[in-house]
Amino acid sequence: MKIKQLSIFLQNRMGSLSKPLEVLSENDINIRAMCMADTSEFGILRLVVDNPIKGKEVLEENNFLVKITEIIGVEMNDAPGGLTSVLNVIKENNIDLEYLYAFTHDKADKAILLLHTDDIDNLIDVLTEKNITIASAEEVYNL
Amino acid sequence: MMWNEEIETMPRQDLEELQLKKLQATVKRAFNEIPYYNKKYSEAEVFPEDIETLKDIEKLPFITKDDLRDSYPFGLFAVDMSEIKELHSSSGTTGKPVVSGYTKKDLDTWAETIARGLTMMGIGENDILQNTHGYGMFTGGFGVHYGSHKVGAAIIPISTGQTRRQVEIMKDFGSTGLIFTPSYGIHLGEVALEDGIDPKELGIKAIGFGAEMWTEEIRQRVEEIFGAKAYNIYGLTELMGPGVGVECGEQKGLHIAEDIYYPEIIDPNTLENLGENQKGELVLTNLEREGMPVIRFRTKDITKLTYEKCECGRTHARMSRITGRSDDMIKVKGVAIFPSQIEKALLKVGDVEPHYLIIVTRPGTLDEIEVKVEASQNLFFDGIKDMMEITNKIGKSIENETGIRVKVTLVEPKSLPRFEGKAKRVIDERNLH
Repeated sequence: MKIKQLSIFLQNRMGSLSKPLEVLSENDINIRAMCMADTSEFGILRLVVDNPIKGKEVLEENNFLVKITEIIGVEMNDAPGGLTSVLNVIKENNIDLEYLYAFTHDKADKAILLLHTDDIDNLIDVLTEKNITIASAEEVYNL
Repeated sequence: MMWNEEIETMPRQDLEELQLKKLQATVKRAFNEIPYYNKKYSEAEVFPEDIETLKDIEKLPFITKDDLRDSYPFGLFAVDMSEIKELHSSSGTTGKPVVSGYTKKDLDTWAETIARGLTMMGIGENDILQNTHGYGMFTGGFGVHYGSHKVGAAIIPISTGQTRRQVEIMKDFGSTGLIFTPSYGIHLGEVALEDGIDPKELGIKAIGFGAEMWTEEIRQRVEEIFGAKAYNIYGLTELMGPGVGVECGEQKGLHIAEDIYYPEIIDPNTLENLGENQKGELVLTNLEREGMPVIRFRTKDITKLTYEKCECGRTHARMSRITGRSDDMIKVKGVAIFPSQIEKALLKVGDVEPHYLIIVTRPGTLDEIEVKVEASQNLFFDGIKDMMEITNKIGKSIENETGIRVKVTLVEPKSLPRFEGKAKRVIDERNLH
């Protein structure tokens, strides 16, 4: 259920994003979703890839600082209001989200919302209770 | 004008005889009264009676800052605590601090060296001397203070900081002499100008500066800003404090008070003594100190000596301005910092194998330090908030170790240069050499 996301430390300077992406492509690792958090000095590149363990390995071989972070993917309607309904549930249960990002895919009318919080098990419980579908990790890796 | 014309113009031969007598007495006393010297000299099989000429000093082992530190706090005192009247200490930035103890006579000797210096600068009983050196355990403040009393000037013990108040006092009290570190002096001048006060109009006669490295350009700038000559003062807590050497009106090197300090220059690698005008590490010996005689102290400061009689008439040797260090110490805002302190600070926040680079700049008039630290598993978190927190934590830890606030930048692993052998941890872009 939990997705293994790669968090990569990058300096905020021109071209710093391209090197890790090159490393992944050279090793046939496919990126499913990505998001970048940045400050004036540094950034954290967050990636969902088809093979996170191998992804971490090849990036580390190339001197990148990588951590595996657990996130979950929630299926939501790819229609106006889809995101709000999920967020309302989270808010009502007082869960502090650290960050989220979303992507759409081929599955008709569905989008996947990726969520991270410090208490991920609680988040899973809350969402399951409200009958919100949590995508399996395998599904997200192999979309 | 000279404070002690007889001593300051003494023919070199007489001076050397005086030095030898004092050296013999010092070595004998140190050997008899201080276990450290007794053990060290016995092990080296050199004894007080082996000092028959000044050159024989070369037979004696050196003493280093580490030796002084190992004797913390009072291990090198030659007298009973009842004789000690004042205690000072280096900032202790690299582990245990070095303590200096002074008898009543030592305080007078210290004042004597500063009095000679202030007289070289033209400061006397009609002057008002504003001393911006810090008062406290740092020797800069009190050394100047005692010297000022000796020459009879009115001293303003304002200490460092409160720059606007400094300017106000300068103007209202009519200070004629200023003591500061060059970078603080330039800052002081700029603040005065901002407040609509031209420092040149204030009637400053002379400036004494020290406690950090400087260049001829910086001196010229200080002199332009204040419309007064600026004189270099050199000294170190281990030997006594400021006053080891001071520049005279010729501004062609600092006269070492040679009846009080015996200077040598060595090659820091071979430890061989070097001759006149050869650049090397300055080694100093107390010739006139009761409380804590320090013999052959390696200062790590790079300079050279000339024994040529100065145009001012003084015969005492002159050292040139310090142009570097034989270790990796840097002085920032007047504070001595070693890379090992940064390393210690990083270890304390959980950086297992710290890789870092210290970059010192002087964008305006004040020093700035940036410490680049390679991020590692222990210093990396998935959240920006956590990353900001760890950066602040590193900064605090460095400030705790060094007393200096620095900018911390986390950089990618392996992005800092690697060195075989001794790492180069400091990039000094201030152009002070």
